[in-house]
Amino acid sequence: MIVEEIMKKNVITLSADDSISTAIKIMDEKKIRHIPVVDKNQHVIGLISDRDIRDAKPSILDYTNNEKTLDSPLKDIMVKEVITGHPLDFVEEISAVFFQHRIGCLPIESNGKLVGIITETDLLHTFAQLTGANQPGSQLEIKVHNRAGTLADVVNVIKNHNVNIHSVLVYPDKEDTQYKIIVLRVQTMNPTKIITNLIDNGYTVLWPTIPGPRL
Amino acid sequence: MTKESVFVYSDELLKYRFSNDHPFNQTRVKLTYDLLKSLNLLDESDIIPPRVATDEELELVHDPKFIEAVKLAGEGKLPKETGYSYGIGTEDTPIFPGMHEASALLVGATLSAVDHVMSGKSKHALNLGGGLHHGFRGKASGFCVYNDSSVAIRYLQKKYNVKVLYVDTDAHHGDGVQWTFYDDPTVCTLSIHETGRYLFPGTGNVTERGSGKGYGYTFNIPLDAFTEDDSWLHAYTTAFTEVTEFFKPDVIFTQNGVDSHYYDPLTHLSATMKIYREIPKLAHQLAHQYCDGRWIAVGGGGYDIWRVVPRAWSLIWLEMIEKSNISGALPTEWINQWQPIAKLTLPAYWDDEPTIYPPIPRRAEIEEKNALTVTKTLYPIRNNK
Repeated sequence: MIVEEIMKKNVITLSADDSISTAIKIMDEKKIRHIPVVDKNQHVIGLISDRDIRDAKPSILDYTNNEKTLDSPLKDIMVKEVITGHPLDFVEEISAVFFQHRIGCLPIESNGKLVGIITETDLLHTFAQLTGANQPGSQLEIKVHNRAGTLADVVNVIKNHNVNIHSVLVYPDKEDTQYKIIVLRVQTMNPTKIITNLIDNGYTVLWPTIPGPRL
Repeated sequence: MTKESVFVYSDELLKYRFSNDHPFNQTRVKLTYDLLKSLNLLDESDIIPPRVATDEELELVHDPKFIEAVKLAGEGKLPKETGYSYGIGTEDTPIFPGMHEASALLVGATLSAVDHVMSGKSKHALNLGGGLHHGFRGKASGFCVYNDSSVAIRYLQKKYNVKVLYVDTDAHHGDGVQWTFYDDPTVCTLSIHETGRYLFPGTGNVTERGSGKGYGYTFNIPLDAFTEDDSWLHAYTTAFTEVTEFFKPDVIFTQNGVDSHYYDPLTHLSATMKIYREIPKLAHQLAHQYCDGRWIAVGGGGYDIWRVVPRAWSLIWLEMIEKSNISGALPTEWINQWQPIAKLTLPAYWDDEPTIYPPIPRRAEIEEKNALTVTKTLYPIRNNK
């Protein structure tokens, strides 16, 4: 999946000479936390976040109330070294950028012009979709040996049951690196036959555990 | 003649049958019927026959193209790939001969129940063959072809112009009904189910609250796996009472899936017969308190058809006719009739022994989490009081 598939294209921007109070007003109205600052060619020259604004605001305990502060232009407080992305970047890659640089949003530029924006919330929503959690299905968690071909073997068991797979996630077993955990969302209300079959084939099914009388 | 309650039944309803080893097995309706008969608590005069839902009625909710596909499938004329796009011919909803007719009868049975109550011929009506809450507008899902409950609620709106409260106590989230009325403020849905993290269909989170004009009229209580009676009943009683008080419905429609029982093979909750005694009691009480008694009840899931479903479903009817204080042994006549066919030992008593399952290790945490979920779900209506 690439960035342009998930980015927001209607981006609200301000110019460097706009006042801090304008930014506060827009953030309140639009319920957003980041506004890119662009020059007349739509090139990103800065970024203003709700945190920058909080830093610039006088303390609520300071009763001298200096209104003038908020009339200052954004160029006085904006972040100038802005990390940007490209519409053709991979979503996985930019997730790492968010994580490494601890940022909350990423303006997207093409040919030096702002064309979109991605926030942490957009990313999280995309990952929720990738897990298939938005379609009717059952979740299976299977612990497997970490070696080539295992996923195909597991999926083959499911294929024999004529059940469609919504999504596949594979992650390392925290306790033992020789194993991996496969999380599948399958389009069936009755995964019991698949589970029994997986167990018969020697797999460890972590969830669901077969219910019923255990005494 | 007016009666307090009617029971919709005909052997024809048992024709909704995917295959011999499919978990959704309507023999359970017959088992319940026989149990009530052997108690002499279901009289011929209590029974009304189901009618067939017309295509026009099905189209209140379903896409005409989907209905056409189901008809073709039942005649063996639907191409496989087309079937898949409508969710039919899958492991969950396989094709069977006459599937349109059987499904349309099942919907019609719920409409019969609705008409009986709304025309004032009875206060309460029960159709155990209904409750197929996973059916979507253009797709079969989770053992459900047509969604009788969604169709019945639309029918209630169009024909009788009433506000409907839909309460779903199946262990699976009532997704089909929820999404049908998601933006409609005249239908309020409350579903109490095992969390979607662990169970089909995966939805039914607290944050699903409706959209547009319908925002605030969808309530979901996802309970943790291994939830037991007391915690389950706390969620049910609190939520049902407060949501009814908030919504002030004209009619209460309950979906009575009985798959939250510990014995159920498809789910992971740890409830016992105790909750199935209480579920109809509260519905009955609230229907009289807010809706002049108008209460339509349907069946739903329930996959331990021998040990759980007949007892649990009988208690709905017994509550309707005010005989629900029954306890002790089940009639031997019924046990003798069905034990030779049953795949498991039939229960001897109405109530379960507390020892049917081993103690749940994280009980306190599960109860705490469930109580928090109830608080979160009800927060908007408590906050606006």
